Amino acid sequence: MIEGLIGKKIGMTQIFDEDGTAIPVTVLKAGPCVVVQKKTVERDGYKAVQLGLLEEKPPKKINKPLEGHFKRANVPPVRKLKEFYYDNDDIKEGAQITLEILEGCEKVNVTGISKGKGFQGVVKRWGFKGGRASHGSMFHRAPGSIGSSTFPARVIKGKRLPGRMGGEKVTVRNLKIVKIDKENHLLIVKGAVPGANGSYVFIKRADFKRKK
Amino acid sequence: MEIINLIEQSYLRKDLTPFNVGDTIRVHLKVKEGDKERIQVFEGVVIAKRGSGTRATFTVRKISFGIGVERIFPLHSKSIEKIEVVRRAKVRRAKLYYLRKLKGKAARLKEKR
Repeated sequence: MIEGLIGKKIGMTQIFDEDGTAIPVTVLKAGPCVVVQKKTVERDGYKAVQLGLLEEKPPKKINKPLEGHFKRANVPPVRKLKEFYYDNDDIKEGAQITLEILEGCEKVNVTGISKGKGFQGVVKRWGFKGGRASHGSMFHRAPGSIGSSTFPARVIKGKRLPGRMGGEKVTVRNLKIVKIDKENHLLIVKGAVPGANGSYVFIKRADFKRKK
Repeated sequence: MEIINLIEQSYLRKDLTPFNVGDTIRVHLKVKEGDKERIQVFEGVVIAKRGSGTRATFTVRKISFGIGVERIFPLHSKSIEKIEVVRRAKVRRAKLYYLRKLKGKAARLKEKR
């Protein structure tokens, strides 16, 4: 069994369950992936399979070392590569990995790169309360005091201040699988997934346990 | 986007009576009370329709004991048993929010024939 696979975020919508309640869902295109490389404890020190996502558009340019890497496994060139753990040994290089690996699985963890928000203040970035807007208040969205005076005479490391927000790796755990469409390689999960529509996501089984 | 439409397709309610903004309709709603289910009817004028696919909703406004009441229904929800069109009206805009300010005779709409 392989821990997970690579996918793409398509977008969000809502669907209805039996009693008419609307469920917010995210549609993901998961796979098909190919095994580009298999890493073993004996040779590499750890167990993993390197998967590549097969897309409609193959990469335009590909350098010689990478070309050789794909040729060795006898797979078409792909844009996105990512390693996943596996726990049985009958996986071969060049094999196709589809949503079938999520069989019998109820929940998944999804990792993506969150949308970049640019330079943001402390209210948006860290959830500071801010001051009141009216009644002569002159303190609105400023961070306020950032530390004491003579002691420690410096700002403590890790102090929450304004800065770049978003554009970082975010994992959402235990998203419930609503529907799997193996034919079209579509996975529908309940709730939101980090990243913009069309961005790459890594989907992993929430119940996968790593064996040593 | 096409993929989303494809998924929504199977959840759309195509059996409901089509209606337009301005129509007076009766919405038969399934209401669950404990383990029993009964039908509740909400009758009023459709003052707005918005959204597409499964996310589409419509707003129904009625005057209940002299107080204006508006309810927003998801158009494709399974909790809607059926929709009856009581009266069709001729209107010149898509959103009839101006009705909120009007009362009695002024809040009437011209019937479509």
